[in-house]
Amino acid sequence: MSAPFYKLGAFGDEASLIVAFLIGIGFGFFLERAGFGSAKKLVSQFYLNDLAVFKVMFTAIVTAMLGVTYLSWAGFLDLSLLYLVPTYWVAQVVGGLLLGVGFVVGGYCPGTSIAATATGKIDGFVFVLGFAAGTLAFALAFPLVKGLYTAGDIGTKTLPQVLGVPYGILVFGVVLMAVFGFMGATWVEKKMAAKAAPATE
Amino acid sequence: MASVTHDVVHERAAEKARMAQPYMNPYLAGIGLGLVLLAAFVLVGRGLGASGAFNSGIAWLVSLVAPGYAKSNEFLSAYLEEGTHPLKAWLVFEIAGAFVGALLSGLLAGRVGAAVEKGPRVSVGTRLAFAFVGGALMAMGAAFARGCTSGQALTGGSLLNLGSWATMMCIFSGAYAVAWFFRRQWR
Repeated sequence: MSAPFYKLGAFGDEASLIVAFLIGIGFGFFLERAGFGSAKKLVSQFYLNDLAVFKVMFTAIVTAMLGVTYLSWAGFLDLSLLYLVPTYWVAQVVGGLLLGVGFVVGGYCPGTSIAATATGKIDGFVFVLGFAAGTLAFALAFPLVKGLYTAGDIGTKTLPQVLGVPYGILVFGVVLMAVFGFMGATWVEKKMAAKAAPATE
Repeated sequence: MASVTHDVVHERAAEKARMAQPYMNPYLAGIGLGLVLLAAFVLVGRGLGASGAFNSGIAWLVSLVAPGYAKSNEFLSAYLEEGTHPLKAWLVFEIAGAFVGALLSGLLAGRVGAAVEKGPRVSVGTRLAFAFVGGALMAMGAAFARGCTSGQALTGGSLLNLGSWATMMCIFSGAYAVAWFFRRQWR
């Protein structure tokens, strides 16, 4: 096993910050390339006109997942050293729903609001300010919300563990799900375009 | 006179729109994003994120105003380590990079310029108020979920992490559940 390099001591903390900056450049670059610096493009996902959010996100998930899987099978990457966020399922269900509502209301998510701000979107910058204010409010209210924040604590769990399905089978399942999802998404986009066409002409 | 400058501004905007390149094919952009995420896993053993950078930023700001309180606050103190600057954090540098990367992509495609994204039926003020409130809601959601669309849905999703998939499903559910009520903002 030679990776992850940083965790195996190939470089130190200072160098990891330079790596962070470079990785970030790639992150922001592809977000903007995909059109995710635009709130209208992003929320089209939720009005079913343009399902690029789903397509980009699941292509990225499948790409990274397959990469991690093959590199681990090849004995190059130690999967057990990759950081996993522990599961607090109640807090994450509540948090996820709030994130979804906030996405439609605000038009961005945290990462894409940075891409929007960088390309001059004023609403993107105001979203960033709102996000900062919300973070501060959460921190100030932490003693009150701590109960919900720690609710549903079941430790670090992965889908293969919980479903009792071998890792490789689940990877294959996610790839299949994505492929059928992409076909379904394109079908929905065509239906919506056909529905919208007579109205605009 | 006013109408002349108005026309000039409109012509410039129209010209800009003509010059802006179309967005990248979603599958190609997804592969690019996935390879960046894979590089993060291989190089440092962690994925992408965004909300964590805000937590560091707020922890730092509060520590400037009320250092004692910041250290006593359980949520903020996790981002304040003795002996290191709170902004010397992985996600802060990654997000700074994301800003630069997005600007670079935007400049190359002719997509950089001041704008407010909204539908024709809402005012700029309304749109900005919604952007602020939406941002604040997402901040609280990301805090509860321990990550956002980047750290949970994308990163944790690709690692088949249980809580990340729960978060992702709930993000889509929450958004679809309320989209109809906010349609006026966009069309």
